[in-house]
Amino acid sequence: MNEIVIALAIGVLAGAGTWLLLRPRTFQVVIGLSLLSNAVNLFIFSMGRLRVGAAPIVDGSMPVDPAQYADPLPQALVLTAIVISFAMTALLVVVLLVARGLAGTDHVDGRGADEA
Amino acid sequence: METALAERGPDVGRARLPPGGPHAGPAASREAWCTTGKRAASRVPMPDPILLLVILALPFAGAVGALFFRVNARNAESWLALSCALLAFGLVLGFYPGVVDGGVVRWNLEWIPALGLSFSLRLDGYAWMFALLVTGIGALVVVYARYYMSADDPVPRFFSFLLFFMACMLGVVLAGNLIQLVLFWELTSLFSFLLIGYWHHNAAARESARMALTVTAVGGFALFAGVLLLGRITGSYELDVVLASGDLIRADALYRPALFLIVTGALAKSAQFPFHFWLPHAMVAPTPVSAYLHSAAMVKLGVFLLARLWPALAGTDAWMFTVGLSGLVTFVLGAFIAIFQNDLKGLLAYSTISHLGLITVLLGLNSQLALVAAVFHIMNHATFKASLFMAAGVIDHETGTRDMRRLSRLVHYMPLTATAAMVAAAAMAGVPLLNGFLSKEMFFSLALDVQTPLPFVGRALPWVAIAAGMFGVAYSLRFIVSTFLGPDPQDLPRQPHEPPRWMRFPIELLVLACIAVGVLPNLTVRPILDVAVGALLGADAPDYQLALWHGFNLPVMMSTLAFVGGILLYGLLHRWLANGIGRVPFLPPVDGRRVFARLVVGGRQAARHLEHRLASRRLQVQLRWIILLAVAAACVPLLRRDLVLRGSMPFAAGGDGWLLAFSWLVGGACALMAAVQAKFHRLAAVVFAGGAGLMVCISFAWLSAPDLALTQLLVEIVTTVLLLLGLRWLPKRVPFIPTRAGALAALPRRALDFTLALAVGGGLALLAYAGMTRPPPSGSISRFFMEQALPAGGGSNVVNVILVDFRGFDTLGEITVLALAGIALYSLLRRFRPSLESTRLPLQQQLQSPAMHADDMLVPGVLMRLMFPVMLMLALYLLLRGHNRPGGGFVAGLVLAVGFIVQYMAGGTRWLESRLRVRPLQWMALGLLLAVGTGIGAWFFAHPFLSSHALLLELPLLGEVHLPSAVFFDFGVFTLVLGATLLMLIALAHQSLRGERQSKQF
Repeated sequence: MNEIVIALAIGVLAGAGTWLLLRPRTFQVVIGLSLLSNAVNLFIFSMGRLRVGAAPIVDGSMPVDPAQYADPLPQALVLTAIVISFAMTALLVVVLLVARGLAGTDHVDGRGADEA
Repeated sequence: METALAERGPDVGRARLPPGGPHAGPAASREAWCTTGKRAASRVPMPDPILLLVILALPFAGAVGALFFRVNARNAESWLALSCALLAFGLVLGFYPGVVDGGVVRWNLEWIPALGLSFSLRLDGYAWMFALLVTGIGALVVVYARYYMSADDPVPRFFSFLLFFMACMLGVVLAGNLIQLVLFWELTSLFSFLLIGYWHHNAAARESARMALTVTAVGGFALFAGVLLLGRITGSYELDVVLASGDLIRADALYRPALFLIVTGALAKSAQFPFHFWLPHAMVAPTPVSAYLHSAAMVKLGVFLLARLWPALAGTDAWMFTVGLSGLVTFVLGAFIAIFQNDLKGLLAYSTISHLGLITVLLGLNSQLALVAAVFHIMNHATFKASLFMAAGVIDHETGTRDMRRLSRLVHYMPLTATAAMVAAAAMAGVPLLNGFLSKEMFFSLALDVQTPLPFVGRALPWVAIAAGMFGVAYSLRFIVSTFLGPDPQDLPRQPHEPPRWMRFPIELLVLACIAVGVLPNLTVRPILDVAVGALLGADAPDYQLALWHGFNLPVMMSTLAFVGGILLYGLLHRWLANGIGRVPFLPPVDGRRVFARLVVGGRQAARHLEHRLASRRLQVQLRWIILLAVAAACVPLLRRDLVLRGSMPFAAGGDGWLLAFSWLVGGACALMAAVQAKFHRLAAVVFAGGAGLMVCISFAWLSAPDLALTQLLVEIVTTVLLLLGLRWLPKRVPFIPTRAGALAALPRRALDFTLALAVGGGLALLAYAGMTRPPPSGSISRFFMEQALPAGGGSNVVNVILVDFRGFDTLGEITVLALAGIALYSLLRRFRPSLESTRLPLQQQLQSPAMHADDMLVPGVLMRLMFPVMLMLALYLLLRGHNRPGGGFVAGLVLAVGFIVQYMAGGTRWLESRLRVRPLQWMALGLLLAVGTGIGAWFFAHPFLSSHALLLELPLLGEVHLPSAVFFDFGVFTLVLGATLLMLIALAHQSLRGERQSKQF
């Protein structure tokens, strides 16, 4: 059940993100990238398989049985990815703002044409 | 080192044995090979092998040092360079006991043991001979260059490049590993480029430098590929192994491609046909460079390598046809073209090409005696040609021209230089009693009985040899007669006279060497040649004789024929050449340089054409293609097998799926609304996107990822703040009703985008579902992390232990990226010029008075200020417990950053910054230093970089505290994340202040 929901969630986030990525206005691209990175993070996380109530925090009993816990590896990957995607969004916003200041338009190509 | 040597020695020795069984000869050679070091040590002290590294490092150090002198410090520069070269020469000479009788000196340093790569230096007799040439002629060229370079030339650059070049040459010669050899090989091309282009104000110099670099570097690429193939065949890049497995290599299916590639590289470097055209153009370089790089050293590298790998590669018909044929064509062609050059250096350049061709032919004959002759001629050519180039430089220097049609009777004005140059030219022609005669004679006798699969080639070779010898005599004669003899010169740019004593010295020394070798070969050159050939051929080295007179035999007849023919040829052409326009008769007027330029331009045009046809500069088009291709690539594996969507794993137990489903009903709606609203209602889009992010956060929390949930929550907050800060600078956009025609025109594009979005979303959803319902792979490294987190990492929060301990190096990289992004953003904003319409205060703020604004925030402001210590506390709490419970440096840093942002909101930028020091850049630096410092700290405990170290402390009150060094690393992460996040937000926020200032000016 959880699996279906998360799969759909990934699909919706990725679809909306892709659509926005292809739009001509810079702000749309920023939001699209943000949605898309959420989708990708969720996707990578889901590849560790879903577990409920099994946070990878060992309780000190030895030996550890990995089957008792959620997979920590994708979580570690995604944690840094979340922070990096923030940095990327911030940099993109500033690049686009500077480009807008230089070009006078917020079209992704720096030209005012093509209202789509 | 010693043990490694002893271990490897016998193996290689055994591999060297011919398949026929251990003859007495090779066995003896193995004996000698393994024990020479010891035996020699008892006789003459053998230098420590580490001195090999000193030989290599000396010119490198000198080159760096040379950069720091004054621009016109000619004397200091040449003293430095001379002492480097002489010291290296002396050290090489000192290794004689180590290389005599087939001995090999080695020095090894493990480099990447996992890939079987080591930095290894290897000196055998052949390398020893070459190293002597490189350092010896290098020293002479340095002395000469002191007087050649004018006071206006920036000499630090020149001498530094020259020393760098010498170091790289030594690197090639001393390389014990083929990869290393290629590396230094390419570096010599680079410094040749820099030296040819030394007078870079001259367009021809720049163009020639580019051409030389392109040809030799492309050759270098080929060589690299060939070497990789060799490594694949033999399983090692070590020269020892490769040289010992000649039979294995020649029998391999990859032999021909490897041979072709390596020979291409060598021919390009040695300016052999069809790559010969770059060398004459390289003559725009200062003459010391021509003498050193383009006659004695760099162009010899190609033949050096061919001889070096001769035991491993030669002996087949393929070798004979590639190497021998190219050499033969070059030998004849170069000599013929040289006759018709009017420029002294041009004549010498083509003669160099021709002589290199001769060496290549000798190498291609597949005869051991020919190899001896080739090595001998390498030495001979270096001596007479370097002196001839230097003499040409002197003539240019003292008369102001190198045109042989203007020069005349210089023997009257500079008798000493002229005599030396005439003797060297005679050696070039192969006059008896000079060194050139000996090697030419050897070639003639070899040409008479050559073994080729094509009999007519064997029959023709002596005649071709005579023809080339004839041309050689003719151009040498032209060099002598037109420059030094004849009537008095008319209207020379300068009045010629003898050059300074020490400028002449290198020429005289080299000419003396030519005579000494020519008259007393067995006393002078024989020991060196024996050592070099012994290293190449071992016990198979043929018995050869260096004698002035072998009796009246066929080779002598051939020589005589060549002399008579050459003199006659010059006599016939004499008048025509003196007035000639420099065109070469009988040959199609193909200019290599022009062909090369056309190829380059053609390539560029083709690329531009292709780009014009296939590429777009529009972002949307590019993105569309990227996404389309990504979707297509993802679909390819689906076509091949029937895919079962639902895997075998049962759904995750526990929890009511409906709750998650409901939150994603909201989350999905938020994502879709964000997509719809992002164009005209940006604020709404920010809110919706935040909503979707929150649902991601809830999912993490729900699905056993507390650390992710915390991080996601905080990042969602700072992202929202960031977007809100950015919104202000975007143009206002009002919804409009598109015209019917406009909507229709946009329809196909939008339909395509919609399909793409649907494909990406649907595809990812299906992929995720298929993945999640399959059992996890069994060999995952997660198991190790789970089991070792507590015992080895000292923390029970496995995710955090992975981040700061197991994969600490990755995290270090990631926080570095974060810091870089912050700095990039900061520097972009320093020069930020917003568009004019955005510089005014926003409409809402214009309506408010400042007093109203302050009152608005009174109560929340106080509350927010009160929150600051609490948030600080929370951040520290999360940081400290992170190793064992959810938390850690990333989360803590974000929390404190939010704490600061709240204070900015409450009090405003000016209020806050007058009361609190906010220094995000310094914090970032501190964090990075802390993280790197923790990593380096491990070195002091003799552990690799970043390995964690646990400290057990007895503290009052707290009792026993377990303090892993990873905690310090996490503290670095915390400080850096705090700094970077704040820097990004504050830098953007500060723009509003600047905007206000600017709008007041309008």
